[in-house]
Amino acid sequence: MSILVDKGTKVIVQGFTGRQGTFHAEQCISYGTQIVGGVTPGRGGEYHLDRPVFNTVNDAVASVHADASMIYVPAVYAADAILEAAEGGIRVIICITEGIPVQDMLRVKAALAYYDATLIGPNCPGVITPGECKIGIMPGHIHKSGSIGIVSRSGTLTYEAVKQTTDVGLGQSTCVGIGGDPIQGLSFIDVLRQFEQDRQTKGIVMVGEIGGTSEEEAAEFIESNVRKPVVAYIAGVTAPPGKRMGHAGAIISGGKGTAKDKFSALAKAGVATVRSPAEIGSTMNEFFVG
Amino acid sequence: MNLHEFQAKHLFSRFGIPIPRGYVARSVAEARKAAEQLGGERWIVKAQVHAGGRGKAGGVRLAGSLEELTRHTESMLGTRLVTAQSSAEGLPVNAVLIEEGLDIARELYLSVLVDRVTKRILFMASIAGGMDIEELAAHHPEQILSVRVNPVVGLQPYQGRQLAFGMGLEGKRVGELVKMMSNLYRCFTERDLSLIEINPLILTAQSELLALDAKINVDDNAVAVGRQPEIADMRDLSQEDEAEIHAAQHGLSYITLGGNIGCMVNGAGLAMATMDVIKLYGGEPANFLDVGGGASTERVTEAFKLICSSPNVKAILINIFGGIVRCDMIAEGIINAVKEVGVSVPVIVRLEGTNVERGKELLAESELDIIAAGNLTDGAQRAVAAAAR
Repeated sequence: MSILVDKGTKVIVQGFTGRQGTFHAEQCISYGTQIVGGVTPGRGGEYHLDRPVFNTVNDAVASVHADASMIYVPAVYAADAILEAAEGGIRVIICITEGIPVQDMLRVKAALAYYDATLIGPNCPGVITPGECKIGIMPGHIHKSGSIGIVSRSGTLTYEAVKQTTDVGLGQSTCVGIGGDPIQGLSFIDVLRQFEQDRQTKGIVMVGEIGGTSEEEAAEFIESNVRKPVVAYIAGVTAPPGKRMGHAGAIISGGKGTAKDKFSALAKAGVATVRSPAEIGSTMNEFFVG
Repeated sequence: MNLHEFQAKHLFSRFGIPIPRGYVARSVAEARKAAEQLGGERWIVKAQVHAGGRGKAGGVRLAGSLEELTRHTESMLGTRLVTAQSSAEGLPVNAVLIEEGLDIARELYLSVLVDRVTKRILFMASIAGGMDIEELAAHHPEQILSVRVNPVVGLQPYQGRQLAFGMGLEGKRVGELVKMMSNLYRCFTERDLSLIEINPLILTAQSELLALDAKINVDDNAVAVGRQPEIADMRDLSQEDEAEIHAAQHGLSYITLGGNIGCMVNGAGLAMATMDVIKLYGGEPANFLDVGGGASTERVTEAFKLICSSPNVKAILINIFGGIVRCDMIAEGIINAVKEVGVSVPVIVRLEGTNVERGKELLAESELDIIAAGNLTDGAQRAVAAAAR
């Protein structure tokens, strides 16, 4: 078992024929992901990377029975792409695109309540179940099938956690990048709930960032709902207030959302917190040795 | 992106949100002309900078005569205003806003922002205007009222009435606030704003509701995709950090900080984490720098120049986790940059990920004075030690 995606997941790429879409679709295909086609309006009927191109998500779903979508369309069209996927019946929508205007995401988020679809991202590295299905921009080769579920707001920091859990021999069940934007699809809590229920997952790594209060909410959830060991790291202890640190979400405003608050909320919930991301793997390993 | 008060108020008037009468002035002559056009005997001179806390810093002054107005304007224009929210160097005052003096009966608070928890646009209001809202939230949370807007139906009149009655407004003022909030909502959504703060919103002795102050932040993403050209034209580069502007032009995300260890990292989260680890081992980062996922040789060179442009930098820590970006390409970028820029401080490099072995070989073969670190902890410790030397 794993969560969200596995070897049976059939994936289409929205923004298939663009530079980003092409490059990452190739990477996913060589990892073994079932990329069954893609959508580029106006290019329907063509073939790209030996796979059919469709004009609409509806056409793709009807023809190749896709149940997941990986979105690479430019920021200004991304909201439209997410809603087209949801309307088309796609079950797992993974939006890699960064820089989507906040107003667009507010409307998308409200509209998604009417669909049975899960949105991951935007502005995220994607989702991978090692050895089965990679949907996103993460380097496949650092992953190893195993027992740790990883959920993170950051891209490259996720790779740190992956590499370390691979190096200590634990490996990963599924890794979910929920993205660095203020308005996003799956939250920490949504993913934690699924990891807690997943039989393959024995421990959970959570990587947070300054800004917002989602880590504090996750801490409350963990305290009463998660029995598996959780190791957490929060980036941004040294970040100055009011500054946007690369991610739009990473702004501390009005004394809320500081790394210090998040660390103490998590520690209070019984989470093993680490002050350096270099200690994630070794700290998690301590739960499983001896 | 931030707007000046006069720009925010210009936007307000376009959306039918009542503001005091006033004119922006960039010289003493323009200030005097503004006062004459406004008439009356009292005017407010307000320094236009991208920072709050102007009042306490002497950036908002009452003038009771044209002579006083001249003095105040002269004391502000061409200077730098240092407020509690600005950097120690302050921000240049290139314009002042001259407004009519008003008789204030009550000071209220009204703001519009995006609530990340409920994923809704939130209106916040309080009877305690003129105060620092964070302070109020900490000590008198019961004095803060809020309503959240469902984007499917937009702001509803009942929500406006809740806040109006909650703030103790009566009679026609209730309907006026409802209308003002409806216009604010339109302004917020149509112009892709991320914050509107009116502090204070005043009720004059003549029972007029007016936005006495106006603070607006704009969603950078909306400006970047090009759908707010009018707002983009309002950008005032004089209020921003020069190094940060230069970085943005090269696709780099850069923020100047106070320490002496320059950082170059790929990914925003890892960049923040690198700063944290430096601090954990007793050092201070000189900057935040994310070279991004698609870091090219040119970008790495640009990033290097940027770090080296600060005289405070005593050591440089490069931390790259190559995912899609290959470590050998990053190594080439570092080698080119060190040669081109002529770095005089120790450079510590930690490489990990795709093609890491080839990357390390290239650095070793280069015979440049580059210290290879085994992991992030090792890299940070070496950088801290080098900077302390």
